[in-house]
Amino acid sequence: MPDHNLPAPVLATPPEAPWPPDQLTRVPYWVFQRPDVAALEQTRVFRGDTWNYLCLEAEIAEPGDYRATTLGGVPILAVRDHDGEIYAFENRCVHRGALIALEDFGKTREFTCVYHAWSYDLQGNLKGVAFKDGINGQGGMPDCFRMSDHSPRKLRTAVVHGLVFASASDTVPPIEEFLGEEILDRIERVLGGRQLEVIGRFTQELPNNWKLYVENVRDSYHASLLHLFFTTFELNKLNMKGGLIVSGSGGNHVSYSAIDREAEAKAKAASSEYAAQNIRSESEYRLKDPSVLEGQDEFGDGVTLQILSVFPGFVLQQIQNAIAVRQVVPRGVDRTDLHWTYLGFKDDTPELRLMRLKQGNLVGPAGYVSMEDGCVGGFVQRGVVGASDRHAVLEMGGSDAKSTRTRATEASVRGFWKAYRGHMGL
Amino acid sequence: MQITDIMAVQARYARCIDTDRLEEWPDFFLPDCQYRITTAENHRLGYAAGLIWADSRGMLQDRVAALREANIYERHSYRHLLGLPLVDGTGPEGTRSETPFIVARIMRDGATDLFATGRYLDLWRADEAGTPKLAERIVVCDSSRIDTLLALPL
Repeated sequence: MPDHNLPAPVLATPPEAPWPPDQLTRVPYWVFQRPDVAALEQTRVFRGDTWNYLCLEAEIAEPGDYRATTLGGVPILAVRDHDGEIYAFENRCVHRGALIALEDFGKTREFTCVYHAWSYDLQGNLKGVAFKDGINGQGGMPDCFRMSDHSPRKLRTAVVHGLVFASASDTVPPIEEFLGEEILDRIERVLGGRQLEVIGRFTQELPNNWKLYVENVRDSYHASLLHLFFTTFELNKLNMKGGLIVSGSGGNHVSYSAIDREAEAKAKAASSEYAAQNIRSESEYRLKDPSVLEGQDEFGDGVTLQILSVFPGFVLQQIQNAIAVRQVVPRGVDRTDLHWTYLGFKDDTPELRLMRLKQGNLVGPAGYVSMEDGCVGGFVQRGVVGASDRHAVLEMGGSDAKSTRTRATEASVRGFWKAYRGHMGL
Repeated sequence: MQITDIMAVQARYARCIDTDRLEEWPDFFLPDCQYRITTAENHRLGYAAGLIWADSRGMLQDRVAALREANIYERHSYRHLLGLPLVDGTGPEGTRSETPFIVARIMRDGATDLFATGRYLDLWRADEAGTPKLAERIVVCDSSRIDTLLALPL
């Protein structure tokens, strides 16, 4: 939970513009520009009282399986040990700081640093120091050196419906509390009780601060304005209902839309009337191969879109049958890595799997309804150069950060800033 | 099908994309075709998803229509440089070839970057006029990283 008693943060120089406390409708542009803010985020956000997505449980299914991943840019190893548990520790040798593992994935009995062959068990405990006792009685480590005094920093781990999260904090609340019940339910809705299968992985390099991307994910206001694919091909359905869930902390959100069965029936009746009288206008644009949109209602609830975010940098996406997780990783003040993992389930029918592949066209770096998100953060990053004393205006839908039945709101963007300011003490 | 036939079509394919004649791009494919953009890692691991995944020429036409009418991105162009095709033999389904490429991306402000390197894994069949058409083109990018976005096809 945010600790409001943190001492005032040490920024190298005072901010270019004040940020009035408890004001969620203004965000000063200097938060996207300052290296000292980025440094503070490492300790207070990524290493603070947060849970950060590391990888899928399915990626480290067997004892000895490991995945080299990252927490806020810091290299991390997530490992399955023989006790069946998942451990996570920094991928950094305690001797001289070199990476311990050099592959993204693997299976091993132990880890050995290539530099001087110091070795670690699967939980990150230092187990071997080469030439510890010297050679022929000469050299070696001093007698007082204890391997147990040295290990890479270890993280707490938690698994939620096949997603592996980790925290560097000893004071972070349990993950269920951190997520909140409504968020947890919607993760379960997509992933609960199912065996995940990776069907693709891509990394998108974004030319902007990481916060501009996670704002974008929470921004339900932009969806039909920036992403014109559905509108252009007249695929928008007016008979949709939707809404927004913002967690109590503000940091986590769900945006969803669903088919409104009642409205659908009415629309059908109306459209046959229109067709009979031949007065319905026809758009110039039609898909030549509309099979891309012939998805299945695989969850049986008519929800065609569910975008879910967890503070600070995790996203679970269901757009029709295209399911993916996204990990947002800062790579500097104005660079971000966005790691996409496209998912299927082991029990997919061939038809459903084919639909996931086709609807993969909607998402990712080349996605019909997502490619714009790759560049729009850069437009802001470039647009605010020289404007660090100015601010963004977030007043759509009011000034709070609460759940609502409309998506014409910036409530969940404000929620992100509420959580962010709490953690940062800004 | 001779290697020179394939080379001639490849040269036209590259010019088509690089000179922004995208409406002609689907015509390099048969109506019943596969076109995918993936990465070497996904290809090696057998992961079926693509950055772009199409199993009909209609889907390629839709991709072009979406780029023209719907999607928003900063103006840019590509410059494709294709290596020599390695013709992998001809069977009943057609002729297979593998062609390395590099693609530079030129942004509207002139910034020019190496955008992608990789190889085309192709299956060709001649149409009635004897022109090689793509029954399948799997674009395997060497890197798993895409800078900003991928709008224009490779």
